Amino acid sequence: MTFIKPKFRHPDLPKNKLGYTISYYEGALSTLCAGCGHDSISAAIIQSAFEMNIEPHKLAKLSGIGCSSKTPTYFLGNSHGFNSVHGRMPSVATGANMANKELIYLGVSGDGDTASIGMGQFVHVIRRNLKMIYIVMNNGCYGLTKGQDSATADNGSISKAGIVNQFQAIDLCGLAIELGATFVAQSFSGDKKQLIPLIKAAMAHNGFAFINVISPCVTFNNNKGSTKSYDFVRDHLEATGTFDFVPEMEEITTNYESGEKHAIKLHDGSLLAFNKLDSDWDPLDRFSAMKAVHHAREKNEIITGLLYLNQGAMDLHELVNTCDRPLNTLKKEDLCPGNGALASINAGLR
Amino acid sequence: MKPTDIKDPEYFHKVVDCQYACPAHTPVPEYIRLISQEKYTEAYMINWESNVFPGVLGRTCDRPCEPACRRGRIDEEPVAICRLKRVAADNKGEVKPFMPQGPFPSNGKKIALVGGGPASLTVARDLAPLGYEIHLFDEQFKGGGFMRSQIPSFRLPESVLDEEVNFILDLGIHSHFNHFVSSMNDLLAKDYDAVFVGTGAPKGRDLPDLPGRNEGAANIHIGINWLANVAFEHTTKIGKKVIVLGGGNTAMDCCRTSRRLGGEFVKVVVRSPYSDMKASPWEKEDAMHEDIPIIDNHVPVAFVVENGLLKGMNFEKVTPIFENGKRKLVPTGEPLEFIEADDVLIAIGQENSFPWIERNAGIDFDKWGMPVVDTLTHATSHPKVFFGGDSAWGPKNVITAVAHGHQAAISMDLFCRSLPLTQRPSPFVNLVSQKMGLHEWAYESEVVNDVRYSVAQADKKITLSNRKTEVELGFTKHEGCKEAERCLNCDVQTVFVEDKCIECDACVDICPTTCITFTDNAEEDELRQLLNMPALNKDQDLYVSAPLKTKRVMVKDEDVCLHCGLCAERCPTSAWDMHKFLYKVTKAG
Repeated sequence: MTFIKPKFRHPDLPKNKLGYTISYYEGALSTLCAGCGHDSISAAIIQSAFEMNIEPHKLAKLSGIGCSSKTPTYFLGNSHGFNSVHGRMPSVATGANMANKELIYLGVSGDGDTASIGMGQFVHVIRRNLKMIYIVMNNGCYGLTKGQDSATADNGSISKAGIVNQFQAIDLCGLAIELGATFVAQSFSGDKKQLIPLIKAAMAHNGFAFINVISPCVTFNNNKGSTKSYDFVRDHLEATGTFDFVPEMEEITTNYESGEKHAIKLHDGSLLAFNKLDSDWDPLDRFSAMKAVHHAREKNEIITGLLYLNQGAMDLHELVNTCDRPLNTLKKEDLCPGNGALASINAGLR
Repeated sequence: MKPTDIKDPEYFHKVVDCQYACPAHTPVPEYIRLISQEKYTEAYMINWESNVFPGVLGRTCDRPCEPACRRGRIDEEPVAICRLKRVAADNKGEVKPFMPQGPFPSNGKKIALVGGGPASLTVARDLAPLGYEIHLFDEQFKGGGFMRSQIPSFRLPESVLDEEVNFILDLGIHSHFNHFVSSMNDLLAKDYDAVFVGTGAPKGRDLPDLPGRNEGAANIHIGINWLANVAFEHTTKIGKKVIVLGGGNTAMDCCRTSRRLGGEFVKVVVRSPYSDMKASPWEKEDAMHEDIPIIDNHVPVAFVVENGLLKGMNFEKVTPIFENGKRKLVPTGEPLEFIEADDVLIAIGQENSFPWIERNAGIDFDKWGMPVVDTLTHATSHPKVFFGGDSAWGPKNVITAVAHGHQAAISMDLFCRSLPLTQRPSPFVNLVSQKMGLHEWAYESEVVNDVRYSVAQADKKITLSNRKTEVELGFTKHEGCKEAERCLNCDVQTVFVEDKCIECDACVDICPTTCITFTDNAEEDELRQLLNMPALNKDQDLYVSAPLKTKRVMVKDEDVCLHCGLCAERCPTSAWDMHKFLYKVTKAG
């Protein structure tokens, strides 16, 4: 078995603005099953971070427990990382973000880690609009414990053992929109063309950015009858649009062949350009986004792309009005300015 | 693009860059793997079958394989293929039992070989086991041709050459040494069924019109003749100050030999810039290591002779100027430069010469006095006469001569069996999966990061005092193993089966060198640009699959693939698999 990825890379690899090639953003060799959708998502994250010119030490990756939560080992090997307790990644992310708001927080979770054990944490982190990217690698089963149905397994989906799921699925995107998440997208691990611009847009978003990525479990949930298999997902994909992330100051050169051309200016000045495929859908209108999600569910389709975006909401730091400097840089003198300061305050209250 | 036809043996053959570049197409990775397993005898026999002179070539080959080596495209230096061949030759066990064992039942046909060099000896080896009665003629007293007369002993010990020449002569060859064939017509009048001409390019170029050439003749020598005289011990010393004219490998052999025969101040003077010299880079390095300066951009103008004694030479300094892509050497206008010399060796090239072939013998010659030889069959206008080696198309090298010998032997065998010469045998090809388990391969798939190991040399004091002491010590067994592990196993091919692919992207994500892309199909030029890393090296093919379920195709750029097997390891459905590809050029018979 090959335990080490060869060090050689393509000799003509391009460098980003920081002078790094993409290999600087790689992690260890994956030990997930061969063909796991999660590896594709890892690759999309690597590509996005490279293209966004992110300094690796300016990003923290956080995860809970599960196959999905192992993946931070396999990307961004030069960034900070915290593999936390099952379902508790949002708390750790909240704490870290409160302490140092200067980092980019990339949370990775799975359907079990989010929709079952971590559900309480998930809904509250949305409520608080914590500035982070929250990616769910959603395969509809518990891969690490041999493929039992998870809470996101669709009603009627057949497991590898041949058992039909009787329970309703939790639709994470619908839930996130309902709870007021400010950036909600859905994608497929096998469609990097769509996934990468979405991750990049999520990185540019000022607030809680949620991406639910359907990621087939090649070992336990890629059978006929499963609604999360490569074949089923490919056959039932219905994209809201095609997307292109255009960084600030860069000319828009993408050619749109058909449909309407749209562009949303993101918080940092960059643009998310898209070509609408669904005429009823407006990503800035929460009601329309909800409708699109319900509509897709009714038609047995998997809606992908950006679903909803709200740029007006305040993030957690703005909501609780923290100071401009990151809290972890505040020294004792800043927090406890001494007798003189107290005396002058007291003098003002006399 | 149309799907790649991997059933065409040439497709995967081209992926094995070293083997493809080798004129004899020796299965290089196959024997390198055996060296890493310390199976030297087996490694030697793979070489012997293909290139006939592994011990000789492991020391003296021009190494067309090494510039082609894939490692050179991803790492700083290619695998030391040539010196690994020597490791196999140096450490081999008893090899004779693995060679054809005579006496061979006769097929009643007689063949004459003119010249005893690598081309003729190859023909002899290929045809003798088929029952041909083979008569080999050479003017020297032993076989080997230029390998004996031209290559100095400090690069190729006589014992190594003798052993490999004898392997062939022992197959029952009737050798006629000290025998100069002086007439083709006489030879054809005898009862030979076919004649092979492998007489090399025996005439060294001279500078007959340079002033002082005749006056100083006693101390002016033609390089290849002088080397032969040294090899046969007719010449044992040279003056203290020596000028060697020329920039090829013969010039390097001349200057280094001079250092061993009493030359203390030996200089190589060459017309062209240093970088344009024809000599192999390592040969230039070895010469300079022996304190021999190489003076470039100097054109010889005259021999300076005083009182009948050579004093040196005058040179005009030039500078290269490029016009319309052609190089011109333009004089700088500086005064002539005088360089002192007791002896001058002229090593500025060599030519073919066929004084012994009558022009009425039925063999067509072109206006340059070269025989008209078919590039595929080596046949001439005379049905019985075949050419090979340097004598066919001018000076090349040993490995090319061997390749010629194989092809000429096939033609001669076909001719003797009254079959059309164009009925060439197909190559022997084998393709076998290397899968042993989920993540286990029958080959060492790990890519090592070691830089190229260098070969140790004997102490200069000792080598310069004895012409016969070999300079290079060769790799030790340990070094050989380490260097062998640098080989990327390019013969272990990535084989893709469309029907099994579920387009999960696992191979795309894992590939260290970004070789694999799933994309919409297009014409080749456009497709090369569409890949995750554009495929700009057009010498390397694209491996294109049939359309997949999503109507896309898998495209793999063969250029910098490491053959690490990770695509196959990460493939959940075995759509990718690693198959060992063996390609052997079929020999006569």
